Amino acid sequence: MEYQSPGTVEEAVSLLAGASGTSKVLAGGTDLLVQLRSGFVEPDLVVDLKRIDALTSITEDAGGFRIGAAVSCAELGEHAALSAAWPGIVEAARLIGSEQIQSRSSLGGNLCNASPAADTVPALIAARAVCSVVGPGGQRDIPVEDIVTAPGETSLQPGEIVVSLNLPARPSRSADAYLRFIPRTEMDIAVVGSGVSLTLSEDGTVSDAHVGLGAVAPTALLVSEAGQALVGTSCDDAALDAAAAAASAACDPIDDKRGTVEYRVRVAGVLTKRAAAIAYQRAGSR
Amino acid sequence: MAKQHVNTTINGDPVEFLCEPDQTVLDVLRDVLGLTGSKEGCGTGDCGACSVIVDGRLSCGCLMLGAEAEGREITTVEGIAEGDKLHPVQQRILEEGALQCAFCTPGFVVAAKALIDQNPDPTETEARYWLAGNLCRCTGYDKIIRAVMNAAADVRGEAA
Repeated sequence: MEYQSPGTVEEAVSLLAGASGTSKVLAGGTDLLVQLRSGFVEPDLVVDLKRIDALTSITEDAGGFRIGAAVSCAELGEHAALSAAWPGIVEAARLIGSEQIQSRSSLGGNLCNASPAADTVPALIAARAVCSVVGPGGQRDIPVEDIVTAPGETSLQPGEIVVSLNLPARPSRSADAYLRFIPRTEMDIAVVGSGVSLTLSEDGTVSDAHVGLGAVAPTALLVSEAGQALVGTSCDDAALDAAAAAASAACDPIDDKRGTVEYRVRVAGVLTKRAAAIAYQRAGSR
Repeated sequence: MAKQHVNTTINGDPVEFLCEPDQTVLDVLRDVLGLTGSKEGCGTGDCGACSVIVDGRLSCGCLMLGAEAEGREITTVEGIAEGDKLHPVQQRILEEGALQCAFCTPGFVVAAKALIDQNPDPTETEARYWLAGNLCRCTGYDKIIRAVMNAAADVRGEAA
């Protein structure tokens, strides 16, 4: 195994594109090192992205944010402006693992590891985040929900890396929320995760809403019907029930030791309802 | 396989080492540098026995390549005491008898020190959440938490 830590995106792309065997990119490493250790992956080349400024910085851009794909979850939590604008994304990031893991784990890594249960992905989907991807063919923007195609699989082409996750400028009276269910309070993998992001019009009704679900299908889902169920409402009980029903209907989960199909389907609705109520309350207080 | 040549700082001292590209910081500390205070429990980032502080952030030595240490500042359990003077966390763990087999203790010492460095007045709940990434299979945690809370009071200069 060869280790490289390039200082620029171009250098990283050229190393990856020129590699003959298996190559892996290293962001925080909290998944990759476990896979290396277990022999699950045996790369010939590991390219560490943490020496590249664009991957390790958060910049405010035309009212939105560009979050470097390798910025640690701890740094996300310490970023006051980001935490204020996108509390749901930050609370999702802060749910990953322990303090030790938080110091290393990143949005780009959580996404590209392509686990169906990744915590930040439903929140990023609800936020309508767009990934800036750079590869040998240049730069392209990909909606976050189009990156993961199956457990452990992404749509990234050889040599391509996610450089940043870009969040759009928010109208005032906008907020998001993320809830995850696990059987204990810390250090576990989502049984279900639900992210809701919404914007209120001046009269307090929802003008725009998006819902992302995790751990209930082979990939995290954008559930447009659940978002639509909230639009035009004041997140009253009927609207929340409709969003919950739409979320449950979108689920296609597995049975495993963490939860049965029936349980996950039910909990996806409950969490969506609760996350929508929190996002609504947050948006209304702005 | 070419070895990696790494320059780093460990417990305040400049350190230069050679490691294999797939060796972790924990491997390097234990097997290359002879700093065996950090332990390998799980090797997957779940148990915290390998906790070290990297550029001020609590991290798992098992989840970081040795090569990634280039230019970083690492604190291990060997760097927590000042000479013969134990850090309050270490002193209080002794006083509370907050260990049985002690395999987890170095990780708890490093993690608790990192907590108190950034928040010298944690609530018990905050301390328990902060230490959620450190597993102890002997004590049941109450003595450890008591030691950490008392150590924080010591650092604040209050009587615990």
